[in-house]
Amino acid sequence: MRRTTGRDRAGYWFIGPALFLIFVFFFLPVVAALALSFTDWDVYALGDLANLRYVGFANYQRLVGDPRFWVALRNTLYFVLVGGPLSVAVSLGAALLLNSSIVRMKGFFRTVFFVPVVTTLVAVAVAWRYLYHPRYGLLDYGLHLIGIAPIDWLGDPRWAMPAIILMATWKNFGFNMIILVAGLLNIPENLYAAARIDGANGWQQFRRVTLPMLTPTLVFVVLITMIGYFQLFAEPYVMTNGGPSDATLSIVLLMYEEGFRWWNLGYAAAIAFVLFAIILGATLLQLRFGRTPLQ
Amino acid sequence: MRRLFTIVVVYALLGVAAMITMLPLLWMLAASLMATGEATVYPPHITPDTVSTAHYTELFTRLHLGRYLINSTVVAVAVTFTALVFNSMAGYAFAKLRFAGRDRTFRVLLSAMLVPAQASMLPLFLLVKSLGLLNTYWGVMVPGLASVFGIFLIRQYALSIPDSLLDAARIDGASELRIYWSLVLPLCRPVLVTLAIFTFMGTWNDFMWPLIVLADADMHTLPVALATLLGEHAQDTELMMAGSVLTVLPVLLVFLALQRHYIAGLMGGGVKG
Repeated sequence: MRRTTGRDRAGYWFIGPALFLIFVFFFLPVVAALALSFTDWDVYALGDLANLRYVGFANYQRLVGDPRFWVALRNTLYFVLVGGPLSVAVSLGAALLLNSSIVRMKGFFRTVFFVPVVTTLVAVAVAWRYLYHPRYGLLDYGLHLIGIAPIDWLGDPRWAMPAIILMATWKNFGFNMIILVAGLLNIPENLYAAARIDGANGWQQFRRVTLPMLTPTLVFVVLITMIGYFQLFAEPYVMTNGGPSDATLSIVLLMYEEGFRWWNLGYAAAIAFVLFAIILGATLLQLRFGRTPLQ
Repeated sequence: MRRLFTIVVVYALLGVAAMITMLPLLWMLAASLMATGEATVYPPHITPDTVSTAHYTELFTRLHLGRYLINSTVVAVAVTFTALVFNSMAGYAFAKLRFAGRDRTFRVLLSAMLVPAQASMLPLFLLVKSLGLLNTYWGVMVPGLASVFGIFLIRQYALSIPDSLLDAARIDGASELRIYWSLVLPLCRPVLVTLAIFTFMGTWNDFMWPLIVLADADMHTLPVALATLLGEHAQDTELMMAGSVLTVLPVLLVFLALQRHYIAGLMGGGVKG
């Protein structure tokens, strides 16, 4: 133990600015959002605060009775539960390919796979709108060449969410791929050597060495993917505007519409908090299944 | 023989995956250079018949894309610099300076990473509005000026600075500010570059918050401008693709120039804890 000296006071000066900003522009708003969700803050209160009333759990009750909320929840879960695992699976496949000892030019392929991650979501979503065009789009043309009838990707309620999932997988898989490659590099080579001496084939090595050793990284990757996927917004906003017939309406898109299009800020705050609770619950559930590097 | 077969399969898979990954972006570029209407023909063209830069010209003359480019650049550069200063100060302090409540404060900060940004957006909008910052650069910038993730990243790196080095500087009579500026910052260079790229890209690509605070078209950042443009010009495929290319290009160039730092930071930050 060292004695307290003048430098220790310096600590407060160093953390001060960042802490102040995070407190004022993040912590305070989050707490205020909870309070907001118990009021009827709407366009009238926005004009004159005298119109503001405390309404208890009325916003939450309204939420339970709002069919569009359940549609948005179902769509978001669809995106998270189908899109998330698909994205992680593609990331894992790409990471395993890149990690293969026979591959040269690893840096080149890594860069290529990572490029979609850094691109601007809005810009590439606009591009995918045209790629998905049922008549002129490249994707349906490719399907036509192998004998599949054109699909109206963004116009058909059954295909709109798969289309968004496909696009999101393309956009995101490179990110998790990099983290998984790092995890694979951390597996000691002698474990594989020992497995080979014991006569394990490629699949057995993957199943018995790679997978168990990679589990902490995988849990981490699944967790951050899930948290990100719950916040689905820009893709449906740009590509489908939530349609057709609400097939791609997400929770955050619903919150945006209620809050910033109709100015029902109280109701929107309730939606935001339900999303927060769902993410928190799902995270705690995940953490029970495995230790992550964050712990 | 068996080995040759494996090599062929692995490279074929990688090649196909690389092609699928690049195709949407290459098509975006090709379509942006096509004459009006060429991107909506059947069968689709992969390359333009004749290269036309008319859409780029139109974006910069009639549609004020230059203005949005400036807005995006100002916001992203300003946020990056401020975030670097504030996050590095705090990250260093949490790693190396000792003061009461340090570790407890840090744990509370970390818990904030679980809260989705959307939970703060509605009151933040009201706050920004009451401060008179709607439709201003400041309004877009405030949520990014300091970040928990940034502080975390710097702290993890600063932990590896030897205490003896800092103590030696103190014995030589250097002030705490001097130590931070002349010793800690140069030592943290690699992680600062990583954080700079993360912050720049995150701010440049951000959509929801700028969409909320920037109602005035003159203040739009590129992603917001692009979404607005889509509302009026959805049929002008070639024009929209030119706008998309211009939006993506700056971040892509930053990434390609500095990717070594970016990927190294991602590989280190994601696994260490």
